[in-house]
Amino acid sequence: MAKPADPIIELRGIAKQFGGVQALRGVDIRLFPGEVQALVGENGAGKSTLVKILAGIHKPDAGVMKMGGELVELRSPTQAQALGIAVVYQEPMLFPDLNIAENIFMGRHPRDRFGRVNWKRMYREVDQLLESLDVALSSRTPVQGLSVAEQQMVEIAKALSLQARVLVLDEPTAALSSHEVEELFAIVKQLRERGVAILFVSHRLEEVFRIADRVTVFRDGTHIITAPISEINTEEMIKHMVGRELSRLFPKGEAEIGEVALEVRHLTRAGVFADVNFQLRRGEILGFAGLVGAGRTEVARVLFGIDRAEGGEIWLKGKKVRIRSPQEAMDYGIAYVPEDRHLQGLVMNFSIATNITLPILQKVSRLGLVDPRKEQKIAAEHSRQLSIRSTGVEQLVNALSGGNQQKVVLSKWLATNPSVLILDEPTRGIDVGAKAEVHRIISDLAARGLAIILISSELPEVLAMADQVLVLHEGRVTGAFARSEATQERVMFAATGQDR
Amino acid sequence: MKRLRSLLITWEALLVVLLLISIGVGATRSPYFLSGFNFYALTSNIMEIAIMALPMTLIIIAGEIDLSVASTLGLTSVVLGLLWSRGYPMWLAIGVALLIGIVAGCLNGFLVTKLALPSLVVTIGTLALYRGLAYVVLGDQAVSSFPSAFTNFGFGTIGSSEIPWSGLIFAILLILFVVVLHFSRLGRQLYAIGNNKEAARFSGINVSRVKLLLFILSGGIAALAGVIFTARFSSARPDNAVGFELVVVTVVLLGGVNIFGGRGSLLGVALAIFIVAILQNVLGLLNISGDIQSLAIGLLLILSVLGPNVARRIQVVITRRRLVAGSS
Repeated sequence: MAKPADPIIELRGIAKQFGGVQALRGVDIRLFPGEVQALVGENGAGKSTLVKILAGIHKPDAGVMKMGGELVELRSPTQAQALGIAVVYQEPMLFPDLNIAENIFMGRHPRDRFGRVNWKRMYREVDQLLESLDVALSSRTPVQGLSVAEQQMVEIAKALSLQARVLVLDEPTAALSSHEVEELFAIVKQLRERGVAILFVSHRLEEVFRIADRVTVFRDGTHIITAPISEINTEEMIKHMVGRELSRLFPKGEAEIGEVALEVRHLTRAGVFADVNFQLRRGEILGFAGLVGAGRTEVARVLFGIDRAEGGEIWLKGKKVRIRSPQEAMDYGIAYVPEDRHLQGLVMNFSIATNITLPILQKVSRLGLVDPRKEQKIAAEHSRQLSIRSTGVEQLVNALSGGNQQKVVLSKWLATNPSVLILDEPTRGIDVGAKAEVHRIISDLAARGLAIILISSELPEVLAMADQVLVLHEGRVTGAFARSEATQERVMFAATGQDR
Repeated sequence: MKRLRSLLITWEALLVVLLLISIGVGATRSPYFLSGFNFYALTSNIMEIAIMALPMTLIIIAGEIDLSVASTLGLTSVVLGLLWSRGYPMWLAIGVALLIGIVAGCLNGFLVTKLALPSLVVTIGTLALYRGLAYVVLGDQAVSSFPSAFTNFGFGTIGSSEIPWSGLIFAILLILFVVVLHFSRLGRQLYAIGNNKEAARFSGINVSRVKLLLFILSGGIAALAGVIFTARFSSARPDNAVGFELVVVTVVLLGGVNIFGGRGSLLGVALAIFIVAILQNVLGLLNISGDIQSLAIGLLLILSVLGPNVARRIQVVITRRRLVAGSS
């Protein structure tokens, strides 16, 4: 394909920091008219941040953006729209109670000379637009009831009606069936012919190879490579995505592997995950790898009694059990450190002590009354064990750092004296020092005979810590590796749904 | 010193000041205000509200609300009256009335927890429903021929003191509720639910069961208030205590309980009860009409939602200034 010399949009040295996390470290990207450029990378590589910068939601801390050779600054989503940048998200953001035409012309309805909405013109234009995209929908169809794929079509039609020159598709195929993906690709190809520049963000590498002209790989907030699709293969792409050093991570120490603590057979929750099998022994760490939305947290939620499974069996210490509530899970000795500290893990304006004793109030109460001395004692003990840095157990947790908050959540669940511990993204959003400390704690716990499930989107973390790795892709187990077999490439292949 | 200062700017401390001011105003504006009989009058006047404010405090702290309490009071009052007028013994009439209150609370709790409907809407619905039922049960009439032992309990005092019997009931309940809310496992769970329902659930707390329990408690207590109200006026009418739910919510919020749940204390609510009692009493002594009185309650309600939030913001600003001053 002949490429004109000038890019429609050019980003240079874009950097963005959130709190202590550097999401983007000065990335460059250029989009040319009539090209589909794929953007790939692991979780946390900075893809979403870049999308949000293009959408005008986030302002970069550093770097410049040029459109048609001129410097521009995006201060708001409205401005991004006015400059011809349109973003279609995985979950389309439409008004469900309005029809297609009203959604497309929201905020800019065509008017007649009396200032009234010119409905006729609006419906005519939208019908023409949908027809030009080969979408068999009427402009008067209410958005409510449309499939995700159809809603994406509406978003794309909206982008076209806004004369968008840059179209960003953020994981558009994640929620689509294979037939719907075909229809989406047909439209993408049509837009490419019209000269629109398309940035296609995706986890699915086989789709990238099918649709993209060029591919850009991000890793840890840096731009690794941009190459024509014909000059790169899957292996190379994955290597670029994961190529990271393992040395700075804390490896798991020696632990005696004991009897089977937890066994899961054919566990299925309709539409979420299916036929999950594994065996977990005392002293063992089982890593759950996979991309965001692969169904890892969902399996954990079922094991902890928050959601119910429709099929399959859960065996604890050789006995088949039914877990119907978190309370029951706790009674069986299962503890779950949830992925979202603020939303699920902690009561932010409770003290360290009251947070730690929340699941074990029974243990620190007599005749239904909380014994403050006992509470303080248990909390202080756990606080010391994990060396939580605070002014005392009476300190409110919202005054603690992320790492220390995470240690409070860990303490809270260790206080329940579990035999199976599920850790969901235990090091997300905490700094490097605290991370190493959490890794050491996890390793110690395994040495003490706990059976541990470690869910993590950081592949190196899983590989360094886990004795066996289970890889999920779209709710199915696509790989199971022993520690010695698990390599970044193999796990990434399974996680992206590649067959090998 | 630092502790003293932080004590001074708590909402409860502010309420103590407000209480003293209202006593001062009452004493200077009316010669009758400080009389023993007036103390009896203002206390017995607020006791049904005070009693209902106790479970309401727990419910609002847990992040819900029950607006049907006054209607439950009315319904149980007419059930009590009807049974008595049909010749059933008093103990049975009271027992059935309390049971009706518990059933009413159960229905609220069921709709809120099992069907996951917002309690605000559910209890606005049952506010109308229970009041309507009260009219169905007794029509436009009233039952007013109650036995003297019952009515004496309604407007008599304990011994030669000026304390009404309802005051004793309130005092006992207050102690029980303070123990539950501030010292028990259940109380801790309530605060956890009000602050972060998800985290409470993830900690193994059965959020639905706790909430169901609260609504049942609220219904039962409203029925108890219905019995007291009926005895005090010696009258069971379907329009008994119309509009009381607003006053109940007002005293709870004025007491510093956060309308969004998770914060508040019964000490504050207890102080607020007496502030509102004195306010109503003083307005009455000054011959100010009922319309103006309800206007005052409405204003107070809005101010009480606003007040603790503003106070907290001021506190935050003060702490921040102190931190800045300390670091420089």
